[in-house]
Amino acid sequence: MDKLHFNEHISKRFNEDLEDLKSQLLEMGGVVEQQTINAVKAIIGADSDLAEKVIAVEDDVDKREVNLDEQCTLVLARRQPAASDLRMVVSVIKITRDLERMGDEAQKIAKMAIQLTESGASPHGYVEIRHIAAIVQQMVNDTLDAFARYDVAMALKVAKQDKTVDQEYASAMREMATFMMEDPRSISRVMNVIWALRALERIGDHAMNIAEHVIYLVEGLDVRHNTASEIEEQLAKR
Amino acid sequence: MIEQPISGPTVGHPLVDNAKMSMRDVNVFYGDKQAIFGVDLDIAENQVIAMIGPSGCGKSTFLRSLNRMNDTIDICRVEGTLKLDGQDIYDPKLDVVPLRARVGMVFQKPNPFPKSIYDNVAYGARIHGLVSRRTELDEIVETSLQKAGLWNEVKDRLDEPGTGLSGGQQQRLCIARTIAVSPEVILMDEPCSALDPIATAKIEELIAELSENYTIAIVTHSMQQAARVSHRTAYFHLGKLVEVNETEKVFTNPDHELTEAYITGRFG
Ligand SMILES: Nc1ncnc2c1ncn2[C@@H]1O[C@H](COP(=O)(O)OP(=O)(O)O)[C@@H](O)[C@H]1O
Ligand SMILES: [Mg+2]
Repeated sequence: MDKLHFNEHISKRFNEDLEDLKSQLLEMGGVVEQQTINAVKAIIGADSDLAEKVIAVEDDVDKREVNLDEQCTLVLARRQPAASDLRMVVSVIKITRDLERMGDEAQKIAKMAIQLTESGASPHGYVEIRHIAAIVQQMVNDTLDAFARYDVAMALKVAKQDKTVDQEYASAMREMATFMMEDPRSISRVMNVIWALRALERIGDHAMNIAEHVIYLVEGLDVRHNTASEIEEQLAKR
Repeated sequence: MIEQPISGPTVGHPLVDNAKMSMRDVNVFYGDKQAIFGVDLDIAENQVIAMIGPSGCGKSTFLRSLNRMNDTIDICRVEGTLKLDGQDIYDPKLDVVPLRARVGMVFQKPNPFPKSIYDNVAYGARIHGLVSRRTELDEIVETSLQKAGLWNEVKDRLDEPGTGLSGGQQQRLCIARTIAVSPEVILMDEPCSALDPIATAKIEELIAELSENYTIAIVTHSMQQAARVSHRTAYFHLGKLVEVNETEKVFTNPDHELTEAYITGRFG
């Protein structure tokens, strides 16, 4: 049953309010997605200019979060939304929070990029970063698509990817431990790479959270704190 | 765009285990015109059920059938089984006067009698022969006014006319009058539609308190009110009972598209 018709209210202004929330959230998502891409590029390409840019744009992400929150509060106060409208507003509030945190993580990666560029020298661990970043960036892209299209199947796909990221992250950590044991002088540099990997893993977590909010938005089902296969089971029961 | 059918069974959970009233296949007609179509519904004991739906969908008609208020409308005919504690309330042998004491009603516009505050509350207890002595009557008047949250405001002027009270006070007076005959079920038809937000908040507070000891069915055109005061919500559309669910469910994720359209203000 396709229940999400946000443009069919008797009040046209209510339609516009909700449409605005959605488009602004997607815009914010686009900015954060680009932040992630640039941060990874900066660290792999030892590009401190690009890293500085990521750090500068982070203010804009924060502002977008505050604006969206304010608009959600206004819609709640003015419209007392119910059912799918209520779930829309609640989801936007939550997704905004996750996007803002993704932005923070991108900023951390950018900071690591600057430190690594300053210390120069051989890029241990960049293969791992590139690898995990590819998966996580796809998740971010897919989760925003899932929201834009109210696509539960796509959201579920993102949720499933989270486990892959966790596994890749664990194996990358083992690699990093080996590097540090082999060459203790590399420890501080490898630590920076570890922080960047950790930040990427967290971005994946937030993408997964957003996927869960999308499932809540579309299905009215709160699937947080469940594994992807548990979520799949719950969805199948409906 | 609404694809779910209106005909077919009510979605959600119209029946419960602890029913105070049970209605089965209820059809109501005004002359040739049918206003209620095959409604199956249980009203759970000591719970508030809200009935919502567009104007003319049959909420008042259905509510009035629950204490045979429709009997007062000549052309109105009620079919089906309607039971209170398992007893058929349309049994021809049943006396409607005690029935209406057990299933009391509060109307949209407060309708106090042109009598004193005291007599307004004492009225029902007198006609139902619940008391023999003045002291007993005094006690009923006081406790009823207390339960209706009005005692402190009127205790020093019980002899003054009920019609001199404010709208919100009058509505609470009517609730006191209903409570005075010790009903088991209280029916309320848009009890706040003539009241300001503060008087409305007081009535809603009262409904929450009363629901500990009474079973309440309330018709309301305010979705927010239904969401605030009720445990279950029933959505009527064109005389049909479309959906009944826990109120929380109805207002966050209703099962029927028509319910969704109505509570979110979409074109139905
Ligand atoms: N006394 C009456 N005589 C004839 N038709 C009536 C009477 N009362 C209600 N109706 C009709 O029954 C339908 C349901 O009305 P009602 O129960 O008052 O709806 P609601 O309370 O949901 O607004 C409407 O079509 C209305 O015109
Ligand atoms: Mg009515």
